[in-house]
Amino acid sequence: MTETAARAAADPARPPLTPYDEAITRYDPVIGLETHVELGTVTKMFCGCPAGFGGEPNTRVCPVCLGLPGSLPVANRSAVEYTIQIGLALHCSIASWCRFARKNYFYPDMPKNFQISQYDEPLCTNGWLDVTVDDPGGADAPQLVRVEIERVHLEEDTGKSSHVGGATGRIHGADYSLVDYNRAGIPLVEIVTKPVAGTGALAPQVARAYVTELRDLIRALGVSDVRMEEGSLRCDVNLSLAPRGSARLGTRTETKNVNSLRSVERAVHYEIQRQAAVLDAGGRVIQETRHFHEESALTTSGRSKEEAQDYRYFPEPDLAPLAPSADWVERLGAGLPEFPAARRARLQAEWGLSGPDMAALRNAGALDLVAATVAAGASPADARKWWLGELSRHANETATELSALPVTPGQVARVAELVNSGALNDKLARQVLAGVIAGEGDPDEVVASRGLAVVSDEGELMAVVDEAIEANPDVAGKVRAGKVAAAGALVGAVMKATRGQADATRARELILQRLGQSG
Amino acid sequence: MDTALTRMTASELATLIASGEASAVEVAQAHLDRIAATEPKLHAFLHIAADKALEAARAVDARRAAGQALGPLAGVPLALKDVFTTADMPTTCGSRILGGWQPPYDATITERLRRAGIVILGKTNMDEFAMGSSTENSAFGPSRNPWDTSRVPGGSSGGSSAAVAARQAPLGIGTDTGGSIRQPAAVCGIVGVKPTYGGSSRYGVVAFASSLDTPGPLARTVLDAALLHQVMSGHDPLDSTSIDGPVPPVVEAAKDPDVSGMKVGVVAEFRGEGYQPGVLARFQEAVELLEAAGAKIIEVSCPHFRYALPVYYLIAPSECSSNLARFDAMRYGLRVGDDGTRSAEEVMSLTRAAGFGAEVKRRIMLGTYALSSGYYDAYYGKAQQVRTLISRDFEAAFCQADVLVSPATPTTAFPIGERADDPMAMYLADLCTIPSNLAGNAALSVPCGLADEDGLPVGLQIMAPVLADDRVYRVAATAEAAFTQRWGHVLADEVPELAETR
Amino acid sequence: MPITRAEVAHLARLSRLALDDAELDHLAPQLDVIISAVARVQEVAAEDIPPTSHAVPVTNVLRADECVPPLTPSEVLGQAPTVEDQRFRVPKILEED
Repeated sequence: MTETAARAAADPARPPLTPYDEAITRYDPVIGLETHVELGTVTKMFCGCPAGFGGEPNTRVCPVCLGLPGSLPVANRSAVEYTIQIGLALHCSIASWCRFARKNYFYPDMPKNFQISQYDEPLCTNGWLDVTVDDPGGADAPQLVRVEIERVHLEEDTGKSSHVGGATGRIHGADYSLVDYNRAGIPLVEIVTKPVAGTGALAPQVARAYVTELRDLIRALGVSDVRMEEGSLRCDVNLSLAPRGSARLGTRTETKNVNSLRSVERAVHYEIQRQAAVLDAGGRVIQETRHFHEESALTTSGRSKEEAQDYRYFPEPDLAPLAPSADWVERLGAGLPEFPAARRARLQAEWGLSGPDMAALRNAGALDLVAATVAAGASPADARKWWLGELSRHANETATELSALPVTPGQVARVAELVNSGALNDKLARQVLAGVIAGEGDPDEVVASRGLAVVSDEGELMAVVDEAIEANPDVAGKVRAGKVAAAGALVGAVMKATRGQADATRARELILQRLGQSG
Repeated sequence: MDTALTRMTASELATLIASGEASAVEVAQAHLDRIAATEPKLHAFLHIAADKALEAARAVDARRAAGQALGPLAGVPLALKDVFTTADMPTTCGSRILGGWQPPYDATITERLRRAGIVILGKTNMDEFAMGSSTENSAFGPSRNPWDTSRVPGGSSGGSSAAVAARQAPLGIGTDTGGSIRQPAAVCGIVGVKPTYGGSSRYGVVAFASSLDTPGPLARTVLDAALLHQVMSGHDPLDSTSIDGPVPPVVEAAKDPDVSGMKVGVVAEFRGEGYQPGVLARFQEAVELLEAAGAKIIEVSCPHFRYALPVYYLIAPSECSSNLARFDAMRYGLRVGDDGTRSAEEVMSLTRAAGFGAEVKRRIMLGTYALSSGYYDAYYGKAQQVRTLISRDFEAAFCQADVLVSPATPTTAFPIGERADDPMAMYLADLCTIPSNLAGNAALSVPCGLADEDGLPVGLQIMAPVLADDRVYRVAATAEAAFTQRWGHVLADEVPELAETR
Repeated sequence: MPITRAEVAHLARLSRLALDDAELDHLAPQLDVIISAVARVQEVAAEDIPPTSHAVPVTNVLRADECVPPLTPSEVLGQAPTVEDQRFRVPKILEED
């Protein structure tokens, strides 16, 4: 037995890992992503119970979603429409005739012990989504990857169980479980990619970029909240390694419990290292479902998929087939909003930004905020400056997301306007923003209450200038002698005297004027 | 107790109640008394809701007294098969696994009956989860045929059939998946109808085979069945498979016994080995009777009908293996073996083993087999294809004939116990009825006499195209009128007093 | 192709039916007979025949996305074998989903 294998045998929970860069030279990763999206419909997929997050346990349940004997499903029109819209946004073909199917297995969170889903007749097939990833080691231009979509289909969500008695709150070691069916029956859209090969070292970033882009797209469609932290966007990550240059496909693992975008990237990263180590040691990757651990960023073995479960699929006899007419599909397509990628391209052109600048905005989570600030009247340059500068500083200090700061794009636009009109200078503007964030009110209210307006009265300013000249005769003398640069110290004195509320440029002009130098 | 009231038809009772000559309470009480006197022999009911029935009857009387309009069957008592959910009565489906479950909702049909002022006397016995042709698969013991209490009343709607035949109620409701209304009606000497699939709502009908289950009426006369058919049927937005269109004009047709010029097709495949001579003889006479009434008799062949039984016994168990998966001890019903050490999976398995009877277990496992990966194409998949061929046979036959006829079932009522542990023999009872379930078209059984060998009832099956339910009523009414002329009454009136056995 | 007792035992496990030996001995041969009988459908040539989807064909049966009052928690949980914290309490689940 090799040393690696021995170590693996010693502690299966912390197997050896091949260094990432090494792994990438020897193997080509092939990734696949399975995403589940909870639709934001008013009601559940097959009954009129309210859908949506939360609620006291078992308060949003009826005979249908509880699967009581005698109950029957009736499909939600909005859910079908939303699914078609997702399919169209992903450039899929929409089936002209398809059916729901029963996926049969026993599990307490599934009241009928079958899930109504779709099997060999999904509603949408064969689409694609382009994603861009920054190549840290490579060229300036971000890499474009086309992720192909295998299928988009519609199904119902299961209830939620919590496991009592075990150490980690997971199933293993639990004494019993408690089941809440509020979530049972909420419409779920499953989006499955085709295997994505050729991403090499960028595989983790591609995976993350895909989920990000997909999330933004679905959010733009308005068909789901797509919040990973709330479970309305769930992601399973598939990965296999093929030896470099070989046509053979590797064995695939599926990793679940990937609850954030960062986790998507880390799960792929980890699996590449883990599988490479297994293969390097001459072993065989086991086809299985793995569980991702946030804290440690590693995956552990779950249920073995060697003995694939037979779901005994058959067409759902209680539901009529779906046959979306060409007219209906066209109407749904016409109603789609501008897609994020197209919008980004448009804004980039409108704002005259470079690719890296645009990427910086996206990465900071500032894109929509800047766009809204521009829409509220600010210039793109001003909007970017404030959001990426002072406001990002605030966000980092308080460890919040930019979008969570208690300041609106409209308020930012107002501050920029005040600076441009001369009513505020940069330093004062920063104080105003601090005031808004502290909850003191709108920019104008903060200016008034804190008395932050730039001194606009010439007479007043002149008086302060004269005082500064009087108080600093040496410096004044230098300026009179022609050393114009020395005026800076006098400007500083004026600013100090006015607590920063002077227009520094005007103060300088007046100082030079007074001292016989026209600046 | 067998008063004048219990000898009346539903139509007559409704008229009586509407005119005030008898109160709904009197009518209900008369039937409850009849039930009390005959139940020890018959065991047709699993639950008798005497208080609630009288309450419902009082409500009808109050409405009548207040001058409000009454529906055509207001105040008429009815026996409801225990497969329909009722919010104020337990629902067992003839099984132990529901463990006294009281549904929190009414089936759509239950609601419609109540709204119509029909008085539900109670829930009737049935083969467990509607699987069977004799009621012997009930977890609570079989019901008995009032014509001969040592014999089965048919199944799975045996309890409702026995109840109506024995005059415990003038109306009954059952479900027909492979013949479970028509076959018991035939062997009990009454009328039983399977509407076009989707014609009556399945919401609240505990599912056996989703693409086949069809609720329908049972009565002693064709007109009574039509009146009930009208009340219980129609579109239900809660059932995606329910027909979105008007109920066919069944009452009109039941009142118009005229078959002159109609082409009646005798299905060649429904005869031969396994068919009791006395049954064939009565069937033949019925056909001649229709001819005498002006129909043109032709012979049609439906070659794929001989595969109907295997097709059915693949599709129905497959769907039921999935439909019955929900009975797992987690949310309601029986729970066995939960001693704190066992897992959910173990408790599920122990409960289902204890709560389901043998026939249900057989069909669940058969269905699991037929749907398994590797077997699906050869079994379930193939069966659905042959089902299409059977539908096409019907379509072709209906190009030649307006209705098709056959015996409703190959034999008269068999003795209790004779086929109980012989599944294949039991399945043969459905030979004639199954094709109409597979194709979904309307079909009924109307009495056409007693077999010579044993003096037991024989039923004539009449089949019509999808959505042409009125046609079966028209032909049945003609047959019934002709027989009534010959016998002086409908066959059901000849049911022996229950003290007698043959 | 006869079905063996072991295969029947496997079907029982898949169907969550804890059959004892006596039951298996009794049911297995019966299932064998039935399966042989239903296998007759394979005699029929049906390559291009579409499987029946619904007996009375219809498509696009959909409902509006409008709320209907749900059951009350007591209606939902009222007949549950065990309840805790307004949830269904079920025995420990072995299989991770």
